[in-house]
Amino acid sequence: MLLELEDVRVHYGKVEALKGVSLQVDEGEIVTLVGGNGAGKTTTLKTISGLRPVTSGSVRFDDRPISGLAPYRIVRLGLCQSPEGRGVFPGMTVMENLEMGAYARSGRGRPALRPDLERVFGLFPRLAERRNQAGGTLSGGEQQMLAIGRALMARPRMVLLDEPSMGLATMLVTQIFDILAEINRQGTTLLLVEQNAAQALRLAHRAYVLETGRVVRSAAAADLLDDESVKSAYLGGDVEAGVGEGDGDAEGGGDGDPSASSVP
Amino acid sequence: MDGLTLGAIYALIALGYTLVYGVLRLINFAHSEIFMIGVFASLFAVHALGIDVGDPAKTGFVLAASLIVVMVVAMLASGVTAVVMERVAYRPLRRRGAPRLAALITAVGISLFLQELFAIRYGREVLGFPRLMEKRQLFELWGANVRTDKVLVLVSALLLMLALDRFVARSRLGRGIRATAQDSETAALMGVNIDRVIMLTFLLGGLLAGAAGTLYGLFFEAARYNIGFLPGIKAFTAAVLGGIGNIRGALAGGLLLGLLENWGSAVLGGEWKDVFAFTVLVLVLMFRPTGLLGESLGRARA
Repeated sequence: MLLELEDVRVHYGKVEALKGVSLQVDEGEIVTLVGGNGAGKTTTLKTISGLRPVTSGSVRFDDRPISGLAPYRIVRLGLCQSPEGRGVFPGMTVMENLEMGAYARSGRGRPALRPDLERVFGLFPRLAERRNQAGGTLSGGEQQMLAIGRALMARPRMVLLDEPSMGLATMLVTQIFDILAEINRQGTTLLLVEQNAAQALRLAHRAYVLETGRVVRSAAAADLLDDESVKSAYLGGDVEAGVGEGDGDAEGGGDGDPSASSVP
Repeated sequence: MDGLTLGAIYALIALGYTLVYGVLRLINFAHSEIFMIGVFASLFAVHALGIDVGDPAKTGFVLAASLIVVMVVAMLASGVTAVVMERVAYRPLRRRGAPRLAALITAVGISLFLQELFAIRYGREVLGFPRLMEKRQLFELWGANVRTDKVLVLVSALLLMLALDRFVARSRLGRGIRATAQDSETAALMGVNIDRVIMLTFLLGGLLAGAAGTLYGLFFEAARYNIGFLPGIKAFTAAVLGGIGNIRGALAGGLLLGLLENWGSAVLGGEWKDVFAFTVLVLVLMFRPTGLLGESLGRARA
């Protein structure tokens, strides 16, 4: 077991956001966490990364308890996250963003990062073309590629991905999910949170369904894809949900930082 | 020339406000006392070197060496004070998720605490500074009186600011500061130790304020418990003028405020200097609240 959550409870003030979540991810797997808005998907990922304190329960990574560790320590253990809204640093170039991804690997200079940069540019040739462009000026799809590539720069054993399909056109989503499959084949374990359940279930080996802070189902991804109740709750028209939002060109790194919206 | 000299000192102090604001969104009003401590530390260092009021001014190597020693002492004193302040006052608040207002009130509290501490210990009178260097007019440039000490203040301030700018733009820790300023949660996910970055910004701001203290002492030759108040609040004005959170903005804002203030006092009379400076603050906040260069430490790119 690479990652294991056991009866994890998390509070925002008095509100209980996670009401005892248990889940496991094995080495080499792609596991997805699906569920509607406010189900606790993002909170689960933030809790694993150490951004939210747990009230009770345990989070273990590689058989080591990690709840209570500072986020930067968790990154050093090889557990990285590509956050919700991509979290691209708008004022930094693509190159600098990628170098930020390798921040935890301490003071090594650019030469040491070369193989990693080549790997990321191999997966996302678009990023190589845009390497000296500011992160805030990239399109939504490019920002998503950057966020994933940046997470890989730490040479993680496992990557948490928070809604990589958000705001992207279907074609782009398919492309990015293909690359995620490739990253997994290269040996990185993935935990994927998605509202776009159909796409996520096609990619993943196993899945958990989250509802208002609780895991209500867990099964092989393929089984859920065929399941009538899941279909009606999460797959009804969901495949098309990403369409029509364009590829999110206008969106900055957008996560509430007011400075992120005014791109130079 | 007076305007630029004062402006350079404002800019050095303003960088401390801007750095801390950039990563914490906190106006550290106690920063003016960090500067005050720099002035006092300079004075003590000058005395410790055995230089007294009335001694002949130093020249050449002795001057350069004593200046460097005094400045390093002042920088360390202010830097350490800033770091301690962060540890004992701000970090516990952050840990508890206290609202920003609590941190702001704490800042004002620390400011008064330090002022009164120095007032009790060293009295409320102005303490004279021995003259370190000869203040000789070098030449006149477009009616401006170019004097040795002013040149020294301006050049050292510019060098320090350049060093900071390079550090933030190029070094790994500098990149950590910029990432934290742009999006602290994502920065943490990249493996940035946020507490260490915050400590570093307080340290850098303190070092620069300490250096500003030495330059101020050299220029005005006075130290007093409340000497930080006016330069501090003017440096804050400078930071807002340039765009708080923006390193180059602080630099531009400081120099501009120094010049404006000097020009104002030339036109309206010296007693209007401060009125003029703070009118600038109010006007900037009214018409361009993000300052001339806009917010964001993060965008201060190479």
